[in-house]
Order: sequence, then structure tokens, then C-alpha cells
Amino acid sequence: MNITLVLAGAGIAAAGGLAALVVADRPRWASRLGGCSAAIGCGMALIPVIGVLAGDRITSFSMPWPVPFGSFTIGLDTLSAFFLLPILLLCGLAAVYGTEYLQTYAGRKPLGPAWFMFGLLVGSMVLLVIARNAVLFLVAWEVMSLSSFFLVTFEHERAEVRRAGWTYLVATHLGTSCLLAAFVLLSTGSESMHFAALAGADRAATVRDGAVFILVLIGFGTKAGFMPFHVWLPEAHPAAPSHVSAIMSGVMIKTGLYGLLRVLTFLGPPPAWWGCVLIGIGLVSGILGVLFALAQTDLKRVLAYSSVENVGIIAMALGIGLLGVSLGSTPMAVLGFGGGLLHVLNHACFKGLLFLGAGAVAHGTGTRNVELLGGLLKRMPWSGWTFLVGSVAICGLPPLNGFVSELLVYLGALQGARSIDPAYVLLPVGVLAGLALIGGLALACFTRAFGIAFLGESRSESAAHAHECGWRMRAPMLILAACCVALSLLAPMVFGVLTPAIARVSGLPEPQVRAAMTGPQSWLFTVAISSLVLLALATGLVMLGRRLLSKRPVTTTVTWGCGYARPTARMQYTASSFAQPLTACFRLFLGTRESLSPPDGYFPASASLATRTEDVCRERLYSPVFRGLAWLLAKLRWLQHGRVQIYVLYIAFTLLALLIWKLG
Amino acid sequence: MPIAGWCQPVLGLLAAPLLLGIINRVKALFAGRQGPPLIQPYRDLYKLLGKGATYSKTTTLVFRLAPAAGLACVVLALTLLPLGASRAVLAFPGDLVLLIYLLGLVRFLTVIGALDTGSSFEGMGASREVQFSALAEPVLLLVMAGLARQGDSLSLSGIYPAVTAATWMEAGPALALIAAALLVVLLAENSRIPVDDPNTHLELTMIHEVMVLDYSGPDLAAILYGASLKLWVFGSLLVGVCVPVRTGWAIVDVPAFLAGMLVVAVLVGVVESIMARLRLLRVPQLLIGAGAMAMLALVLVVR
Repeated sequence: MNITLVLAGAGIAAAGGLAALVVADRPRWASRLGGCSAAIGCGMALIPVIGVLAGDRITSFSMPWPVPFGSFTIGLDTLSAFFLLPILLLCGLAAVYGTEYLQTYAGRKPLGPAWFMFGLLVGSMVLLVIARNAVLFLVAWEVMSLSSFFLVTFEHERAEVRRAGWTYLVATHLGTSCLLAAFVLLSTGSESMHFAALAGADRAATVRDGAVFILVLIGFGTKAGFMPFHVWLPEAHPAAPSHVSAIMSGVMIKTGLYGLLRVLTFLGPPPAWWGCVLIGIGLVSGILGVLFALAQTDLKRVLAYSSVENVGIIAMALGIGLLGVSLGSTPMAVLGFGGGLLHVLNHACFKGLLFLGAGAVAHGTGTRNVELLGGLLKRMPWSGWTFLVGSVAICGLPPLNGFVSELLVYLGALQGARSIDPAYVLLPVGVLAGLALIGGLALACFTRAFGIAFLGESRSESAAHAHECGWRMRAPMLILAACCVALSLLAPMVFGVLTPAIARVSGLPEPQVRAAMTGPQSWLFTVAISSLVLLALATGLVMLGRRLLSKRPVTTTVTWGCGYARPTARMQYTASSFAQPLTACFRLFLGTRESLSPPDGYFPASASLATRTEDVCRERLYSPVFRGLAWLLAKLRWLQHGRVQIYVLYIAFTLLALLIWKLG
Repeated sequence: MPIAGWCQPVLGLLAAPLLLGIINRVKALFAGRQGPPLIQPYRDLYKLLGKGATYSKTTTLVFRLAPAAGLACVVLALTLLPLGASRAVLAFPGDLVLLIYLLGLVRFLTVIGALDTGSSFEGMGASREVQFSALAEPVLLLVMAGLARQGDSLSLSGIYPAVTAATWMEAGPALALIAAALLVVLLAENSRIPVDDPNTHLELTMIHEVMVLDYSGPDLAAILYGASLKLWVFGSLLVGVCVPVRTGWAIVDVPAFLAGMLVVAVLVGVVESIMARLRLLRVPQLLIGAGAMAMLALVLVVR
């Protein structure tokens, strides 16, 4: 029964999109139909998902399907349900947000197609997570990629958006081709593409398992945004409308992680090198992701790169988990997988929140360039304070949810550093140092994003006349901010719910996992208590300060400028200058280019400084490869010259060759 | 929960400003001056608590909330620290991460408070603060990883009681390296020379002091008191390694610990008197050097 409700929810979301397409010439109705049905569908599907997480019976449903190797088999287990939770939550809220956000475009663009694609995206993500047949899975995967491509190119009249969409389309299909190969390899020896059949295949095939692991790492890693397969992400996520960016960064990239975890359940016991590879990828993605985020001035690009960072943290966590399994350390496995899965949910909350906040800024000021913002907290208090909550959470600071999942990853790594074989000890130590560095850099990145955009004085006219968004945009942000607090306080419970999923992914027996989880659960409980104590203490001290000042003179004046009488908003520290010491420190990895024309002579007329940080992977890795490919293919151009007679000759020759081959 | 665990936070809350008094006195002695009385920091705090406040027109509620919230974080951090052989008030595996991240939250609040004024001075200080702390944090984690492996525990209250005189005999070089790395982190995180100079408020080279330029009255008191508590936190992390007195009797352990804190304060004062501040570009190198020491210590412990 419960699986039907999930399917029905996905169906309602998709059908609402279709309805929006029908009334495309009336944008207000298209928004209402598309948005409401997506929100209702997500809300409906959430009921059984929460039920399964709370311990309801796990169900599945199967139906024949006239596609070769295909069958319409779906199922809802704890792993699926845990990924569905953020997907449904964020998609529902983003739909409500979108109804107001897209109104700005109402006169200029047809909204029907956008809502149609939105419904398809939601429906396909849900189907993807519950699919239990490889063909069905890949179909859902492709629908998800294509619908998000059309949403990315929503503003296709802008050249950079078209370029972003193109990059995304190429990247996602290169990834999918790896997945096709991986599933074909997996299904050798079994007649069906059923997940159950794939899981039951030959266990001795270690070489095949290794090849499959590499293929899915590339295939799913492209979607998840692992470095160096991330190049599409910082292009495509900012280009999409903000509520779609929130979905793409918050949950769509997690479908890649879901796929990776699902395939791990098909494979035999993991060798140690799988964990090492994942930890390596995680470290590179995490550190470089946050460094690039620090160098951006487009608010949404900052957030997109920070998604690469967070996916890196999750990859490190999963790597710790895999290493724990292969080295026989149950606590490491439980802490690694548990921390990684919890971070999936937490990241969906705060990244969704931050993207919606960035959307509100773009909506209220008309720009996403941090250097043109400033002082927005006064004019946009709702967006500002929720953005602050998201910033604290994404830095992994207590008392919010980001801290809880990072704590588990730290504990997994510390457990490794404390106890495992000295030959592998450098890996968990690398994770510890890496996570600490990422934490410090993320703090720099998000104090910069929040501080420069929302605090100080406005740096431009558009920021000075910013307006706050309406309640349909505010409410989703408030709910997500509340989730950031709630998930921190409820962390012991949420972590406990994960037991079957961790047992499934790690291949360890469930009682053993349950036993290893009681310790961390009680630690998380202590953390929740100390979070409450912290909040109470802070409130008490603030009240005390208020009390002290209540009967004393409190005056207001200008910011002290060391005696300078005519300060202007342009004299404030900018986002670029704030990040400069760190970007200079790490210029080896960033490759920031500067073009400086310094003031010259006694009466300098003009001077300028421009810095640009392009993606290293795109500039140094993909551009040369694709240029080489284009050059190579251009060599074949002489085959194509448009003379029909010659083409007929080609056909004749081909037929002749085939004939000779067949006869010979 | 043992009563002994409360010694640490109570002592910290009472005696932390005294550390600043001692440091200033040592600096005065080196300079051939008499120096302010040891209890001068307390007098300053009392004076500030009795004053009104002045706020900038540019600032928002963020600026007014940050000092008190930051103080709350440091106070909570105090309850995570063990003293001698006794457990801390709040002790659980992973409390060392909570400690480091609580100090991170203090930094977050100070930095956004500074950016809230819109002053370019404070932006500059904030920018430097986040840079140096981002580099100091991995060092601290590596130090903790080494100690965790040495003490075979994931909790500060398990790690520190395990550092005894016998451990020093056994793994002396590793502990010495750890102590050296901790000292560098202490100087960097508490804005002391050679990273930052707490005396000159108004130079372009300042970090912490310049971030709090616009605070006044009780807010400034909260910031100064919080800074002294932070010095106490780092001091006790260092003393815990260097003074391995773990008898379990408070009457021996507490005086030994306090003597250790006195030595740390004097040491900071001496460093501040005989060294010049490093150029800002050199600071990352100092911190990376500390990281290398911590890494080497870890290798020695693992071996």
C-alpha cells in the first residue's frame, strides 16, 4: 500500500506539470497548477516515507513492462526512504517558492514548459530512488537529466546560460555512458536486470567488481560533482532558476550518491583500495571545492562550488566507512556511513535554504554579484536571518545540524587514527586534517558571503532599494531554517533510524551494526543537550546585557573611521579583498589571473584591477582534450562535402564490403 | 558527575583575566617599567560593565548579539576541559571536536560582527582572522589525533588523564613536539606576538583588536572576558600535556595545574617581550611549520 502512495505522489507532481503545459498561455494558472500539484504530491509521498523510516513494513511492487530486460519493479526500503526524505521535502518547498519566484518572468516567458519540466524532474527523481530494475532506473535517470537540462536553459536567450546547458548535457551523457557499461558488466551471467538478480550474481569476480566500481564512480560521480568530474556543476546550478538550483544542489546531486551506495550493495566485500580512492576524491573535492567557492563573486556560484565541497565531505565519510568494512573495524564503518548519510540530509536542508536565500537576493535586488550588494539584512530581514542560519549550519558549527554529521565523520576518522593498522593510518589522519581545513575555509567563505552581501552599507543603487520577498518565498526558507535546528536536536533519533540502511550498505549483520550504534547515539544525545545549553546560555547572556544597558545612555553614531570625516560605502572591504589573503595563499591550485593597471604618474587618471578564477579542471584538463578531439574529428571533414552521388557510392561500397564479409 | 570536574570551569571563570594581568606585568618588567597591578583586567571589566554603549548606525542586531553569544560559547567550552586526573563536567567521545568548533563559532560571530560595521579596518582584520584560523585548525586536529592515539581515547577526559610522567618517559619526543605545536596555535589563536600584537589598536597590521574597534561598554567587556577565557582554554590544553601531575587528589593536581598556567602566562609575556611580530606573509609558514611538528609527533606515536 505505502509504495502506491509514493508512486501516486510522483504521478501527481508530473500530471500537474502536464496540466500547467495545457494552460501555458495563462502564467498565473500554470504556476498555481504546477506548484500546488508538486507540493501536494510531495506531501502525500512523505507519509509512507516517514512510515518506513519509523519502522513500517518494507514493501515492493512489480509489473511486467514491454521493454527488453525491463520490468516495472519498485520498492521502498530504508535506504530509498532516507534519500526520498530530503527529495520530497525540498521539492515540495521549492515548488511553493517557485510559484512566486517565477512570476517575475510571467510577461516575458511561457511558464507552462518550466512547470512541466519541474513536475517531470520531481517525478523522475522519486522513481529513480524507488526503481528496482536497472532499465527502469536508467530511464528515470535520463528523464531526470533531460528535464533538469531544460530547466537549466530556462533563460536560454543568454549566451552563458546556453553554454552552461551545453556543458551539462555533454557531462551528464558521458556519465550515463559509464553507467550503461557498468550495468551491462554487472548483469553478465544473469538473465534479468533486476536489482535482486544483480545482487545475487557471482561473488568471486573481484576484477569485474573493481571495474564496476570505477565505472560507477565516474558515472555517478559526474552527477554527484566529484572532482574532477564536477565541471558542469558550477556552470549549470547558478544558471537555473533559484528554486531549481536548490533542488539540483540540494538533492539531485545526491541521486548520484544514492546510485553509488545502491551499486555497492550489489558488489562483494570491498577491498581497501575502494575506501582509499573515495577518501582521495573526497579530499580533493572538499578542499578545492571550498577554495573555488571562496574565489567567486557570484553568490550562486559560491553555493554551487560549496556543493562540490560538501559532496567531498560525504565521499570522505563513505570512504571511511568502506575502509572500516574492509579492515574489519565496525565502529569506523558505522560512523563513516552514518555520518555520510546524515550529511546527505543535512546538506539538502542548508544548501536548499541558502539557494532559496540567494534567489530572494536576486529577486529583491536584480543582481547576484556580491560586490554590488551589502546592507541587505535591514531591507530583507527574513531572507537575511534565514541565510545566516544556513551559513552557520554549512560551516558545520554547533548548535546546528551541519555540526552533527561532521562530528560523526570526525569520530570515524579519529577512530581510524586511533586504532587501525599503521599502513593505512595516514588516510584517516588526512581526513582529520582535511576536514579541519575545509571547516576553516568554509567559515571564511560563508562569513564572506553573508557578511558582504547582508551586512555593512549597500554598495550599489539596486542593493539600496532591495525589497523583501512575499510569504510564499519566505515560508519555505523559514521551514528549512527550522529543519536545520530540529535536525541537530533530533540527530540521535535520525541516526538510529539509519541502522538497516547502514547494515545494507556495509554488508554487516544488523545486530552488530545496532550494537555499534548505541555509543554514537548517546554521544549525539549529549551534543543535543549541550546545544540546548549553549542556546540557553547565549539567550541568558544577551538578556543580561540588555538589562545592564536598559537604564544607561545608548547612543548611535557613524562607524569609527579613524578620524576620516567622509566615509563612503565604496571604502568598505569587498568580497574579493576579503578572500585575497587566502586565494593568494593557495594560488598554486586556483590559478587566479590578475590584470592590473596601476595608478601612474603624479596625477593618475585611472587605474583598474580585475581578477578571474576559472575552473582549473576545465581550463587545464577538459579544454585541451575536447580541443584535441575537435581537431581530430575535423580531419574527417573531407568525407562530408554534400555531393549526393558520392554518398550513394559510400552506400554501395559499404554494402559490397558487408557482402564480402558475410560470404568470406 | 564528579565535583572535581567543576574545578576547571569555576577556576577559569574566576582566574582567566588574571592571565592577562600576569602577561602585562611580565612585559612591563622586561621594559623596565613597574606595570599595572595584576588585577587591572578585572578593574577594566568592572568599569566597562558600568558604562553605557555606543553603536554605529550601520550595524544591525547581529552586532549587538555577537559578543554575548560568543561569550556563551567559550563558557561552554570550559566545561569540556578536564583537570588533572578528573573528568570534565561534559565528557563524551568527540568532545574535542565540539571544543574546536565552539571556538570556531566564536570566530564566526566575531567576524560577522566586524563586517557588520562596514568599516574597512574591521573587514581587513576579519579577513586575516579567517585566514590564520583556517590554517591553525588542522594543526589543532592533528595534535588531538596524536594525543588520541597515545591515550587510546576519543574524549579529552580520556586523553588528558592518560598523559602521565610515565608517558613522558616513553614518548617524550612526540609529546614535546605536540607541546611546541600547541604553543604556536595558542599564540596564533589568541592574537599574541609573533602573529598579532594586542597592544597597538590602530595599525594596519592588526587582527583581533581591530575587529572589535566599534564595541563599547558591556559588549566590549564580554569580548575582553571571552578573549581571556579563550586564552585559559588553550592554556589548559597546553598545561595538560606539559604538567603530567595526575594524582587524583585535587589538593595536589589543582596547584600543579595553576602553577602550569602561571608558567604559560609568563612564557607568553616573555615571547612578547623578546620577539618582534612576524610579517603577515610569514604567518602561514609558521602555522604550516607547527602542522609539520604535529604530523611528526603523530608519526612517532603511530610507529
